[in-house]
Amino acid sequence: MAFEFWINFAFLLSVVFFVWGLRLLSSPDTARRGNILAAIGMGLAVVATMVMPVHGAYNNYGWILGGMAIGGAIGWVAARKVAMTAMPQMVSIFNGLGGATAVVLAMVELMNFYNGDSHMAGGQLGISLAALVIGGITFTGSMLAYLKLDGKVKDKHVTLPQHQAINILMFLITIALSIWVYWQGSAATTHWAVGLMALSLVYGFSFVAPIGGADMPVVISLLNSFSGLSAAAAGFIYSSQVMIVGGILVGAAGTILTVLMCDAMNRSLLNVLIGGFGGGGSAAAQGDQTVREVTLNDAAIMLYYANSVVFVPGYGLAVAQAQKVLKEVDDLLSANDVEVKYGIHPVAGRMPGHMNVLLAEADVPYPKLLDLDEANEALKNADVAVIVGANDVVNPAAETDPGSPIYGMPVLRVWEAKNVIVLKRSMNPGYAGIQNPLFFMDNTRMLFGDAKKTLTELAAELKNM
Amino acid sequence: MDMVYQFFLENLTEIYLLIFTVILGFEVISKVPTVLHTPLMSGANAISGVVVIGGVILLRNTPPDNYLMLSLGVLAAALGMVNVVGGFAVTDRMLEMFKKRK
Repeated sequence: MAFEFWINFAFLLSVVFFVWGLRLLSSPDTARRGNILAAIGMGLAVVATMVMPVHGAYNNYGWILGGMAIGGAIGWVAARKVAMTAMPQMVSIFNGLGGATAVVLAMVELMNFYNGDSHMAGGQLGISLAALVIGGITFTGSMLAYLKLDGKVKDKHVTLPQHQAINILMFLITIALSIWVYWQGSAATTHWAVGLMALSLVYGFSFVAPIGGADMPVVISLLNSFSGLSAAAAGFIYSSQVMIVGGILVGAAGTILTVLMCDAMNRSLLNVLIGGFGGGGSAAAQGDQTVREVTLNDAAIMLYYANSVVFVPGYGLAVAQAQKVLKEVDDLLSANDVEVKYGIHPVAGRMPGHMNVLLAEADVPYPKLLDLDEANEALKNADVAVIVGANDVVNPAAETDPGSPIYGMPVLRVWEAKNVIVLKRSMNPGYAGIQNPLFFMDNTRMLFGDAKKTLTELAAELKNM
Repeated sequence: MDMVYQFFLENLTEIYLLIFTVILGFEVISKVPTVLHTPLMSGANAISGVVVIGGVILLRNTPPDNYLMLSLGVLAAALGMVNVVGGFAVTDRMLEMFKKRK
């Protein structure tokens, strides 16, 4: 009796630790403690599951510890080795593994059910099928997302003609087959479950196939949410409260981030999933407007004698691996009492919050990292805004040109700063292929070249001042 | 429809739990600042590794001569644990980097 109390008390405690741990994530000061608290909760839950009384258990502790040791070792090494620029890839793989686990668990339950080894109430059958389908979609979808993020697969390699129509059709078939297998109850066989699993796996791959580039943050967030939902569904199979709570919390986190990412691009989720991006729109003709260049020396002077500077980093910064050099420029300016801030657009990286992590890694203190609203406030009084590798997120056409494909998207109003310096490789339009009128504005100066090289040279100039 | 009624009544506590967790989850997570969204996601990865519990339950209930089930159970335990350990470890690594002053 007392033993059962302590087991269940441990489960209760681990649920509280999950929630409290996430609550502590509300500030960078307490976030680390929160993560450790959640980890302790997980440890409690796993140990309690191992020792809880199970009627007629075989235990198989050797198998359990062996499996967990293998997985744990892989996870540990991966976590130590991964580069911060590769976080989107890692999160994608982890999303996929969560889905895969749910598939395995659901498949086992369904096999036992169809072989007559176990009974399932109707609702439980439905939940198992849901875990199977959602988990399957999450697994292959995430693996493809990983391959795309890692540059191993290009969008055009996996996109068929009429791909959107195929996806919609496949989605409907998956739903229909799930319902059919469900209504068959115990009259269906394991083959049907395997077929449904195969279909989900193919659909997962197919639904991510046409989505690429700038939309990846939405996809990762959505798959994150799915991995949580599949875990929660698996929790219902085992009537495990801790799995249900954990899964739902993850589902909520993924859903919130999905919505935030869509808002940051002013697009609906449906539009991201079925609408292609780029091309189209009345890419307002620029005529033969000219851009004005600035020399390194002039740029250095402009920055050195400014009161406040806002850097606007984009993914190009990470590609050029220039975070550390940017921080060096920041240090040189700060030493001359220039107030330096960073304006970070929600979709600046390849996943939510990615740019913040990259800058934190380069030792930029987090109070300098401003979100969209804070940055727009700071830009009003800034002497110089420096754009490094960003383009669409600083495009004034989003506010002024109703014909632009990005019209309505919230952007960083860098043009409100007294001066704008744009570090850019060339005049090629950005990721979405949209022309940027910012480059032709009166207070804009262009500094062409590789971001890392330019910043290094800029730092050298500043040192000589 | 009977199956649905039955499921609802048998899992009433879990359904309450589900609904309140959804509400609580949205409340708590919407307070996470943008700066921490990447650690939030990797932390969520770790928590979704809670499926490892399913693998443990499965293995504890599998007869030692049923090698198919044992392998699937080990697979579930291993995959879940990659998420748990990898997720918490990488989140800790990231959060360590967020400092007020260097």
